[in-house]
Amino acid sequence: MLEVRHIFKTYEGKPLLNDISFNVDTGETVCLLGASGSGKSTLLRIIAGLEDSDSGFISFNGVDLTSIPAHLRDFGLVFQDYALFPHLNVDENVAFGLKMRRLSQSEITQRVANSLEMVNLRGFGFRRVTDLSGGEQQRVALARALATRPRLLMFDEPLGALDRTLREDLLNELRSILNRTNIPAIYVTHDQEEAFTIADRVLILHNTEIIRAGAPVDVWAKPESAFVAGFLGLGNVFEGKIMEKIGSREWKVESRFGIFTVPCEHKHVKGDNVHLLARPLSAAKEPNVIQGVVTDVIFQQDRFRVTLDNGLYVYLPDAAKVGEKIEARVKVECLA
Amino acid sequence: MSQTAHHGDTETRRVFVFSVSPWQKRILLWLLPLSFLIVAFFFPLSHILALTFDLNTLTSSNLLLALHVLRFTFYQAILSTVLTLLLGLPSAFLFARYDFRGKSLLRALTAVPFMLPTVVVAAGFNALLGPRGLIHSLFPLSSFNFVGTLTAILIAHVFYNTTIIIRVVGNALSSLDPKLEQAARSLGADSFHVWMNVILPLLSPSLLASSLLVFLFDFTSFGVILLLGGSQFATLEVEIYLRVLKLPNLPLAALLSAIQLGCTIIFSIIYSHFASRSTIQLAPRSTLIKSKTIKQKLFVTLCSVLLTVFFLLPLSSLPLRSLFRLEADRGQRGEIQYGFTTDYYTELFVNRRGSVFYVPPIRAAVNSLGYAGATVILSLLLGFPAAFALAKPTRLERILDPLIMLPLGSSAVMLGLGFIISFGTLLTSPFLVPFAHTLVALPFVIRTLQPAIASIPQRLRQAASSLGASPWEVWKNIDLPMLRRATLAAATFAFTISLGEFGATLLISRPEYPTIPVAIERFLSQPGGLNYGQAMAMATILMLLTLTSILLIEKFRLPNSGEF
Repeated sequence: MLEVRHIFKTYEGKPLLNDISFNVDTGETVCLLGASGSGKSTLLRIIAGLEDSDSGFISFNGVDLTSIPAHLRDFGLVFQDYALFPHLNVDENVAFGLKMRRLSQSEITQRVANSLEMVNLRGFGFRRVTDLSGGEQQRVALARALATRPRLLMFDEPLGALDRTLREDLLNELRSILNRTNIPAIYVTHDQEEAFTIADRVLILHNTEIIRAGAPVDVWAKPESAFVAGFLGLGNVFEGKIMEKIGSREWKVESRFGIFTVPCEHKHVKGDNVHLLARPLSAAKEPNVIQGVVTDVIFQQDRFRVTLDNGLYVYLPDAAKVGEKIEARVKVECLA
Repeated sequence: MSQTAHHGDTETRRVFVFSVSPWQKRILLWLLPLSFLIVAFFFPLSHILALTFDLNTLTSSNLLLALHVLRFTFYQAILSTVLTLLLGLPSAFLFARYDFRGKSLLRALTAVPFMLPTVVVAAGFNALLGPRGLIHSLFPLSSFNFVGTLTAILIAHVFYNTTIIIRVVGNALSSLDPKLEQAARSLGADSFHVWMNVILPLLSPSLLASSLLVFLFDFTSFGVILLLGGSQFATLEVEIYLRVLKLPNLPLAALLSAIQLGCTIIFSIIYSHFASRSTIQLAPRSTLIKSKTIKQKLFVTLCSVLLTVFFLLPLSSLPLRSLFRLEADRGQRGEIQYGFTTDYYTELFVNRRGSVFYVPPIRAAVNSLGYAGATVILSLLLGFPAAFALAKPTRLERILDPLIMLPLGSSAVMLGLGFIISFGTLLTSPFLVPFAHTLVALPFVIRTLQPAIASIPQRLRQAASSLGASPWEVWKNIDLPMLRRATLAAATFAFTISLGEFGATLLISRPEYPTIPVAIERFLSQPGGLNYGQAMAMATILMLLTLTSILLIEKFRLPNSGEF
């Protein structure tokens, strides 16, 4: 469906996007995940046609969109701060795109009602948008985008301005709406939990490039770089040095936290510097052990997050005492 | 005053405390400013109204003439407003949306005329396009009339007020969240529909408010019309002036003043209604773009060149014309020296027989500075207590606020007329002038001081008094140092207003005590190249003085202390 090919963009002389290419398929939700300033919102605006790229092209169903202006692309866009028209009421906001498409009044009325129904805002039609709460405003913005039945929906940090519980509720609703309507979507966020909840596929944007792409479960299992592991908060990331090969795909690696036996697919020679990831969940069968003196213990419902004096942390099923020296078996992986 | 005694263990202290109830304090604060307003404004106003509603005044011939004058006043004001919008809207768009070289300089240039005295603007256009102006002197065969036409009035009004549209509409435009536009486009709206359905509806309060403000200024304009149009263009203001000084008929002048005041009050009320609506702002975010497409480049270039030429030419012609002899001066002996000359300036110091004055013209500058100094002192003396009271107003004082601002809405010529009717016997003294100037300056002084006073946190004063400072010491050590900048700005405001005040001064100043603007008017109305040159020299001096003051005000003024 949507094809993004070789997009380059500089901002104030510095490269912002460097050869970005990806696809979005029918019914798929793709999540662009990156820190603020990583260019993900710019990429979204380029796809929407609101901004030009320096080079590269975007096509939909094989049709090049380069020369098609934003208002003819038929892509819905939902902003973080809603961008509702303050001079129009809820109904008029939702009807805006339909009026632009010159639909008949009866069609408009029906579609507006349907869209408001879909976002659970029935009966809100005559309210002023400035009188609504943040969550309600975002529902109106969503209804406004849905009403035009766009070929593609785009979300720019749509839940960023909302508080936690509201965010979770809306995220679940959004998920079910996207599943029901089968509209392909691009969802931009810096929050990995949000991304993993809604995405069929995650693209992680870092230093102008997509450094990791894949289904949430694959990305979680194989972050493939120190940055991704750190950004997603997968565990303790630290440096190590290859000592020797001990099996066909196993290496002995030394680090300031001890010597670990690490499975690794990459080719290494002795003395290579590598990044290691020590997953925090303790597992009795793992060969690797981390140890240290407990400096902090945080209760997290079904487990305890225990911080050690050397900076490592680990999740334990039982509380440890501050000052106690402990050992934990954890999974250690090689990040290349 | 009450007397209390504290009995300590080892010593007995006697402490004198002023015990002033909050109510008494309020009355003390209001005493001076209100009595001044009553004497200098409401008392003359009552005379004007009494004269207006006299049966001998409300004759059919008077009413017919008033109607005729009112119609022309509306006509020229509406025409001026439309023309101002025509230049102002593209300029507002230019400044709100585009980033280009020299932008802040150009923006400042467009704002300069608004703060210049009317005589300076009139003299500037005269220096450029007048019968003795640069263009006529350089191209002697060109035979067009500018001074004395409606075109001159309209162009000068556009020159004056374009900055209002640029500021008000431009601010509204640049604080529009660009995401609204993007949302509209992603929903299928093309540029035309984005403007019609999103941008214009959101701009309409500020559009209306700024147009009304421009209309109000054009409606009450006096100096520009008298000096560039001439007295045949009888607006309310000009007609009042004529009926006071040239064809005396004070009852008719009073009637016209009452109509004038009624109109301005109505417009001001409508204006403040829209202005309050236009201040509801959305996300204050502006995205400036550099022009990229040919269409954009053409727009930016054309618009900025047009603005530069339009605003720079009259302003620069004035000092230029004051330094070049382009024709024979009257009474000049010997061979005529064309070209660069400083004669027009040196002549200002000479007391010539048969000149417009009996004293060296530079006396006018001395008078102006004296009046301005007196105005500064008087308006600060009255403005401080009023600003203090209005910084935290009670319910009753909220009603007083528009009353204090009322002199602003009434025209300067009307203030002069009121003085003439009410203090006729005092007119021989030069001391009335600073009082009239204070009346005009006081609203500005209060509006400058009031937000600064309100911005001082009350707990600072409470902390000071808990540390042992008396109310007087609190004022001296807390308020005064923190208000230094605002006070300087207010003083400069009063100074500038007094320097440039034309309408009221023209009516009440004694011939032997002219001010700079009055002197310029007299020079301009006299024949001869020397008089003309001296008018240019005087106007240049006034322009430089005013520009210096504007720079000082900008330096002193609190950021975000509002506009207009």
